[in-house]
Amino acid sequence: MTQAAKFELGDDNVVVIIGTGASGGVLANELAQKGVKVVALEAGGRYMPEDYINDEWDSFGQLAWTDPRTTSGDWRVAKDFSGLPAWIVKAVGGTSIHWAGASLRFQDHEWKARTTYGAVEGASLLDWPIDAAEMAPWYDRAEAKLGVTGTGERARLPGNNNYKIFEKGAKALGYQDVHTGNMAINSADYDDRLACQQTGFCFQGCKWGAKWSSAYTDIPRGEATGNLEVRAHAHAARILHDDSGKVTGVEYFDQDGNLHLQKARVVCVAGNSFESPRLLLNSHSSMFPDGLANSSGQVGRNYMRHTTGSVYGIFEQPVRMYRGTTMAGIIRDEARHDPSRGFVGGYELETLALGLPFMAAFLDPGAWGREFTTALDAYENMAGMWIVGEDMPQAENRVTLSDVEDGFGLKVANVHFSDHPNDIAMRNHAYARGQAIYKAVGATRTLPTPPYPSTHNLGTNRMSERPEDGVVNKWGQSHDIANLFVSDGSQFTTGAAENPTLTIVALAIRQADHIATEMAAGNL
Amino acid sequence: MSRLSEQGLTRRALMSRAVAAGALAVAGAGFIAAPDAAWAVEVTAISEHEMATLLQMARDIYPHDRVGDRFYAIAVKAYDSEEQKALVAEGVAALDAAARAAGFDSYLAAGWEAERVEILRRIEDTAFFQAVRGGLVTGLYNQKEVWPIFGYEGESFSEGGYIDRGFDDIDWL
Ligand SMILES: Cc1cc2nc3c(=O)[nH]c(=O)nc-3n(C[C@H](O)[C@H](O)[C@H](O)COP(=O)(O)OP(=O)(O)OC[C@H]3O[C@@H](n4cnc5c(N)ncnc54)[C@H](O)[C@@H]3O)c2cc1C
Ligand code: SF4
Repeated sequence: MTQAAKFELGDDNVVVIIGTGASGGVLANELAQKGVKVVALEAGGRYMPEDYINDEWDSFGQLAWTDPRTTSGDWRVAKDFSGLPAWIVKAVGGTSIHWAGASLRFQDHEWKARTTYGAVEGASLLDWPIDAAEMAPWYDRAEAKLGVTGTGERARLPGNNNYKIFEKGAKALGYQDVHTGNMAINSADYDDRLACQQTGFCFQGCKWGAKWSSAYTDIPRGEATGNLEVRAHAHAARILHDDSGKVTGVEYFDQDGNLHLQKARVVCVAGNSFESPRLLLNSHSSMFPDGLANSSGQVGRNYMRHTTGSVYGIFEQPVRMYRGTTMAGIIRDEARHDPSRGFVGGYELETLALGLPFMAAFLDPGAWGREFTTALDAYENMAGMWIVGEDMPQAENRVTLSDVEDGFGLKVANVHFSDHPNDIAMRNHAYARGQAIYKAVGATRTLPTPPYPSTHNLGTNRMSERPEDGVVNKWGQSHDIANLFVSDGSQFTTGAAENPTLTIVALAIRQADHIATEMAAGNL
Repeated sequence: MSRLSEQGLTRRALMSRAVAAGALAVAGAGFIAAPDAAWAVEVTAISEHEMATLLQMARDIYPHDRVGDRFYAIAVKAYDSEEQKALVAEGVAALDAAARAAGFDSYLAAGWEAERVEILRRIEDTAFFQAVRGGLVTGLYNQKEVWPIFGYEGESFSEGGYIDRGFDDIDWL
């Protein structure tokens, strides 16, 4: 294997990528494969499957982003987990270490939410500047990269106990589109990775490598080209620019708190939807007093997190939902757009299991007494599902700079979120359906559980046709600064009902292609 | 004290894994123990009454009748420290005052769980209550020893996952 590259701080021919998660990790590898020199800065450390821990809190301590953040708005997370608006990872590989692997394409109409749904009061809906036909080939490549089950020639996963209950209830209610999902988890050995061993710790990092993560696929493969240098424990503080308004490099802190400047030809921001706008805002200058790429005032706005919630059902006999894949089970029938249900957009229902420690923390945060503890007493007999639906973008749901500073003295992100009435109507509909599903298989008790700290974070640097409506164009290139790109889910114009990562990866592959082409053409 | 020392319990915060039956007893002179001495907690910074109150509070906040007192004792033992001493003293005093207002001699003197819960409701917005409750979420439920009581099997990688150990063994559907 070729030695991973090392680039000079003063090398201004490199593409600098900030963040190495699902988006940054893929973008880095795709560019490296095309011969582009890349320096990837990652705030966290490096952990591989042998390091991952089959223990919820120990794993959280190992991988989670626990640097300070602040919250506001009427979402319950701001009260119950005021310093933890999101449950995401700080490590090489980012949240692709934590993720469950559900990999769904958008439905065609979801690229055109404003046109399809019409104007929704209080929502800042917009059509994406791209569509399903444009994205189809990139989705093909993303599915092949991730080894998504139920696509290509890849078989679906077997259903575990949690799935069997879910499927039976769904069928009893007449749902048709019910299966073990499209998962970036191997149902058979694929791409030098093992088949799933049903260990049940997908959220803690897959110790078998059966689930795709950029940590042990794209990143080492990119390094093997000799074109990619990943710097772990490198926390980007500020993106710099010259008098012409082009970005020139990135200042970052190393593990010892020393500040360095890495020069760059192109900068790609891939820090997930809190850190990416935070970095743009913290990079303000006399030329860009409101932050980089923010002439529209849209940086940080339109934060979306999907309309979520969970439903747990308790049965007379054991289920042991925690055995096997965490999220391999889906009902897609409610994902359609059907305003007769009282809301626009749709939602997916997906199986979900938490271990006992996380169940205690998330079932009903703050609750105590027997209503709570008798539910936990029945943990072994519990089945679980998760709601993931399209939430409405709202201009005031946003990431701004807080007065609080992190250990480096950088202002942290404040995350403000309040549900839109459409979100509430959708969640209530989904709670009722989820409870009906479990009752149809004999649940003695059902628990409509509030949303957890966000796992899907979207929209805070959104893509738009017109520069005044968003932050980036259809390539993720900022409207204001030609050599500054946004590469993560913060590009999302709208959230769609589907888990976002397949789309994030497809966009990253497409963006790599675009950047390499433009660099070769001398346009960047 | 002497009986406990004879049994070799003096230097250990928590003893025997046998199930402790019965109510808590203040053993005196720095200990609080189950009446049958199946386990004991040493207290140094806070009083026996305060530790006994914390234990009962823990049980009333997250009551699991199949989970023995010794697990709750582990979950609250960190309150026996110089740093927590003031919070505990003030909190327990407030709790006992609330109990007296409700007609009991103390919180521990209220015999029914429902009565004690009623008293706890009066102080549930205090920093003391929230600290105790919040700490229990990990202090109690993250003890690996309690997991089997709830039917949670924990780590599975070392056993090769559940692929051959029942991930799809449901037989009652
Ligand atoms: C428990 C859980 C389950 C999930 N399940 C699914 C699922 O089944 N399907 C699905 O589609 N999605 C799922 N997701 C969401 C998925 O993980 C994310 O969509 C995806 O990882 C986002 O990729 P990203 O590259 O934008 O960000 P991330 O993967 O979060 O990576 C961002 C990286 O940037 C780094 N970073 C941030 N700021 C800086 C800085 N200033 N300097 C240097 N580095 C920085 C971070 O440390 C991090 O490593 C899940 C998420 C969680 C938490
Ligand atoms: S259930 Fe499968 S995918 Fe999930 S962690 Fe275990 S082996 Fe990996």
